[in-house]
Amino acid sequence: MSLCLMEGNEAVAWGAVASGCRFFAGYPITPATTIFNTLLKIMPPAGGICMQGEDEIASIGYCLGASMAGLKAMTATSGPGISLYSEQISFAIGSEIPLVIVDVQRLGPSTGSATKGADGDVQFMRWGNSGGLPVIVLAPVDVADCFVLTMHAFNLAEKLRCPVFIASNKEIAMTKESLDFESLERPPVIDRARPGNKDYFPFTVRENSLVPEFLPIGGSRLVRQTSSTHGDEGYITTDFNIISRFQNRLKNKLESEVGSFAFHESFIEEEAKSIIITYGVTARAAKAVYSIRKKEGRPVSLLVLKTLWPVPEKLIRDKTEKANRVFVFEMNMGQYYGEIMRILPDKKVDLFGQMDGRLISPRQIMEAVGNG
Amino acid sequence: MDSLLNTGRPPVFCPGCSHERVVRALDKALSNMKITGDKAVIVSDIGCSGLFDTFFNTHAFHGLHGRALTYAAGIKMAQPALNVIVTMGDGGLGIGGAHLLAACRRNLNLTLLILNNFNFGMTGGQFSVTTPQEAQVGSAFLNRLEKPFDVCSVARSAGAPYVSRCSSYLDDLPYEIEQAIRFEGFSLIDIWGICPGRYTKRNKLTPQMIDDSIAGNEPFTGVITDNLRKEYGQHYREIASGLQKIAPPVGINTEYVPPEAGRREVIILGSAGQRIITSGDILCTAGLTAGLKVTQKNDYNITVLRGPSISEIILSPEDIGFSGTDKPSVIIALAHEGVEKRKYLFGNLDKNTLIIRVKGVDIPDTQATVLDIELKEQGFKNQDWALASLAVMAKLNKTVSFDMLDAAIKHVFKDKILESALNLINKAKVQKA
Repeated sequence: MSLCLMEGNEAVAWGAVASGCRFFAGYPITPATTIFNTLLKIMPPAGGICMQGEDEIASIGYCLGASMAGLKAMTATSGPGISLYSEQISFAIGSEIPLVIVDVQRLGPSTGSATKGADGDVQFMRWGNSGGLPVIVLAPVDVADCFVLTMHAFNLAEKLRCPVFIASNKEIAMTKESLDFESLERPPVIDRARPGNKDYFPFTVRENSLVPEFLPIGGSRLVRQTSSTHGDEGYITTDFNIISRFQNRLKNKLESEVGSFAFHESFIEEEAKSIIITYGVTARAAKAVYSIRKKEGRPVSLLVLKTLWPVPEKLIRDKTEKANRVFVFEMNMGQYYGEIMRILPDKKVDLFGQMDGRLISPRQIMEAVGNG
Repeated sequence: MDSLLNTGRPPVFCPGCSHERVVRALDKALSNMKITGDKAVIVSDIGCSGLFDTFFNTHAFHGLHGRALTYAAGIKMAQPALNVIVTMGDGGLGIGGAHLLAACRRNLNLTLLILNNFNFGMTGGQFSVTTPQEAQVGSAFLNRLEKPFDVCSVARSAGAPYVSRCSSYLDDLPYEIEQAIRFEGFSLIDIWGICPGRYTKRNKLTPQMIDDSIAGNEPFTGVITDNLRKEYGQHYREIASGLQKIAPPVGINTEYVPPEAGRREVIILGSAGQRIITSGDILCTAGLTAGLKVTQKNDYNITVLRGPSISEIILSPEDIGFSGTDKPSVIIALAHEGVEKRKYLFGNLDKNTLIIRVKGVDIPDTQATVLDIELKEQGFKNQDWALASLAVMAKLNKTVSFDMLDAAIKHVFKDKILESALNLINKAKVQKA
């Protein structure tokens, strides 16, 4: 085994490259900038395109254009930039434009603290779009996850034609770590399904599928893309039957599939009555606590969620089956806690939320779980 | 060549709207140039100009208000051979002002048709960035308070190499559009027109008045010689093709045995300019040469040339979970700024923590073991103190050895810097701690 030293943002960049990303655009913002810096070194000499937008709205706009013109695309920002992306994110959702969006979260609200971590955008990523349709959000725990989940994010964006978020955090993104780069999991790369010689309308869905096939703008067959509520041909429609079918499909295509991408790590102890549920960088402290408690002979179970949205409800129910107490730890004032309460109405669910720029430490978790 | 107009979806503009003339002129221009539908994309945004893409059998991309130029940029970079035609109204021009300036500066080969009818038609005739101050519009008196701008002058100032202004009623409009499409770079036509649904309900504006008004303004007829330069996409590809490809990262092989067992946490407390982060990097790399897992968390102010600079490093034979530091093995105190930021640490330490303190740096009361070192007095420059302190650690067999340090420095530095860093370590090696 040989190790290299890499920060989470660099790993995201290499994960994008390994996924066939050919287009990146971003606007500088701490703590996401090093994704841009890294890709600016890697992509142009390899035939890819890397652009600095005049603002965040433009950066994601370039990506939407490039993605519809056939390139796999990614953008990266932090909370303040996600705010500006919002209108374009809604467009990507409603018009089924594959795109990976990295949100390297920093301490909010607002411009907050540029160099302090948080997981404060967890609900924002989910609901920061007009129309409220679902999105996919994957949350890395460490530098290896940054690489692997970015690859999964591209695959999901391509397969399901949707924006996929990477919910990173300054504490992962800008923390350097040893990494066995060559041995990382590299899931097979998935590309958008194409119609071949079959008849084609931009938003027609074939039987037994929930996702329209893709042809690029600029190819030999005409493609229409529109942010308006549209029918199969990509023209605006007011037909409520078509609209209803379309909205339901956009919801179902992600929610019905989440079982196939419910990324997680779980450490379930048969005799444990308590389970810790967490995600992101906090999972690292939680793993330490899991080990300590196991060594002490009073084990506690642990579920680390790496797919946050759509909520992997079945997974959460299955993994918490034996527990009667659930402790949710998150670097915000309590965001995912609400989802856990909703899914597990019969269990006692406690929240430990901290959003002050510090990591939640193993000691804090030990104290919060107490004798639970 | 045949028309590219979509006969299934004829224009739906208000009777008397000048936009329809532009639709037909654009179609003629494309036909004259023998551009087929698959070789063109019409990119539009919100407002009446946003209907344009539906009237043509071309590729089409209809997006958000004022953002058409952003999509167009992505499409053109991805498909350089495609003719990218963007339509925007004077509404989109205002909300998308930053994108207009960027497009002018960038000089990507796009053609922007501005359908300038001096108000927001779709939402009730509110004032836009081109509404005359004396006009009666849907924003009550507010337009009297704001000066309209001349988009052509703005575009020229922003670097657009092709700017023209004309009337929707110009007989030669297809030719005007054709010239703009043929131009190899960013081209813009400010096409003045009449909005009968809103604007001319309360304001008198005729084709003759538009002609007179254009004639009374500074003429813009196409090429702006001063702004002529390489097209962005072509220039980008030219430069990119000459760049050296970056190889994926290569791991570092395990060569050495670390001087101490178990998890070690090192915190370097310094100030900007002391190369704290670089030294943290070297300590981590040194760990890799001994097969250790490492993490490095840095903390510094956004203003990079002053203020505290802190690096927290963990080296461990086991996988590192929690990347925070709570039981540091070594604290290197090099500057007041860094110490101040982590002053809460000192009270909780016991004698197992070694504090390497450079002379003159005050630290809070602590039970930790303190080693005072003199660096300035021994001829080390401030910028080398962090690295010299790592050598002190090696000398004490704390966490890192000289072999590990030397190997790390060879990985991180090159050429002259490598040489001076190795010299520095050697100098520290022979001096007394």
